[in-house]
Amino acid sequence: MSFFNIQALKYLDCGPINLQIEASEIIGLNGPSGSGKSRLLRSLADLDEHTGNVYLRATEQSSLKAHEWRSQVALLSAETYWWLDTVAEHFEQFPTEKAKLLGFLNDVSLWPVSRLSSGEKQRLGLLRLLENEPDVLLLDEPTANLDPENEQLFESYVMNYVRERPACAIWVSHDVDQLQRISQRQYMIQKGQLHTEVKGI
Amino acid sequence: MLITLTTFDLSLAAVLVVMLGAISAYMKLGVAKQLYIAALRTTVQLLLIGLVLKSLFESTQPLFVLLICLVMISVAGWEILSRQKRKLKGWWGFGVSTGSLFISSFLITLLCLFTIIQADPWYSPQYAVPLLGMLLGNTMTGIALGMDRLTQTAWQQRPVIEQRLMLGESADKAISDMRSEAMRAGMIPIINSMAAAGLVSLPGMMTGQIMAGAEPVEAVKYQILIMFMISAGTGFGVISVLWLISKRLFDDRERLCFRRLLRQSAD
Repeated sequence: MSFFNIQALKYLDCGPINLQIEASEIIGLNGPSGSGKSRLLRSLADLDEHTGNVYLRATEQSSLKAHEWRSQVALLSAETYWWLDTVAEHFEQFPTEKAKLLGFLNDVSLWPVSRLSSGEKQRLGLLRLLENEPDVLLLDEPTANLDPENEQLFESYVMNYVRERPACAIWVSHDVDQLQRISQRQYMIQKGQLHTEVKGI
Repeated sequence: MLITLTTFDLSLAAVLVVMLGAISAYMKLGVAKQLYIAALRTTVQLLLIGLVLKSLFESTQPLFVLLICLVMISVAGWEILSRQKRKLKGWWGFGVSTGSLFISSFLITLLCLFTIIQADPWYSPQYAVPLLGMLLGNTMTGIALGMDRLTQTAWQQRPVIEQRLMLGESADKAISDMRSEAMRAGMIPIINSMAAAGLVSLPGMMTGQIMAGAEPVEAVKYQILIMFMISAGTGFGVISVLWLISKRLFDDRERLCFRRLLRQSAD
């Protein structure tokens, strides 16, 4: 059985969706707004109601407690939220060295969250999410607010993580060039169905 | 040396309320109607309960006492619900508020009757009914505030709760901050009145007892008893109501379940 296995997944009026992903593989996903990309990721993280089966290394979603599943199948939403005063309070232990790889300075952990830009939130949100060392990353337009330089740092950080852990990822983006860069296979959601995307479109 | 109040005395106080209503109508403050309705309700309800208590004290039927208590609890539960901006749908709303009142008021009153006051018989309405009434009246404020705070903040901060769920926190942990915030909101009134008692305010029950001719120190002892019971009752009531609501806000897969909430216009 594959590393991450989606079988006959249905949510709202979307699906059924079938997809097998191997370890250290990144899947690129795009599609028009409102086509159900975000809700697919939410269903995979078990945040929305759905039918069908999702397996991580042969462990079925419903056989784990929902919060155990979510710490292994981790969703980074398009907008991240910060509810405490400073950045560091949202971490068990703030990974200063790793933050440097994403272009942050030494003192970022002390920053008040009110001064974070949306791009900074996205990069820090990734670090915070990876603290649980998840096996599956569900990334919903993770670089939408990043400048080209930080976008590149973000991409290589995720690719490294996926390769070394090894984990797998589904990366949602409207940027077809980006999906070509970072993923091995590209798919498209249209009218609630998953289509294989021909390279070069 | 109990000075009885005449109809004339009460009318004099009523004139003040009427004057207030007239002035607020003149200044278009818009509370006159509500004020008059509430004043009328107070008069009618209190007169009725006075008559009920009078016949109750004469009969001392345990079933009759129980019936009165149940009516009081359900009305208080209903009052709590009608103060919520968002309430749990269906029987859950009424069940949660009435159930928590049962813990906060009914059980505490029973405990007090059995172990502290030890009236004979234990259900003698002269103690049971006023005690329960005082507990209900005070704890329902705390419970209503705590409940409202929890459902409102959960509703407004939905993205934060979902963010915490995405990070692998359990539903219980994801809502824990909001729950302690709501607990604080529910407990503040009784904490304030305990802290201010004697220095700023003389509590109503004690004032009434003293005016009716009781020995001040005896009145004070009863007042302390009541304060402790109210704070314990409010605390247990708020804890149970917050626990039940925060369970009910999530489904069995720890997802937020706002379709179980019903929005209503609070008056």
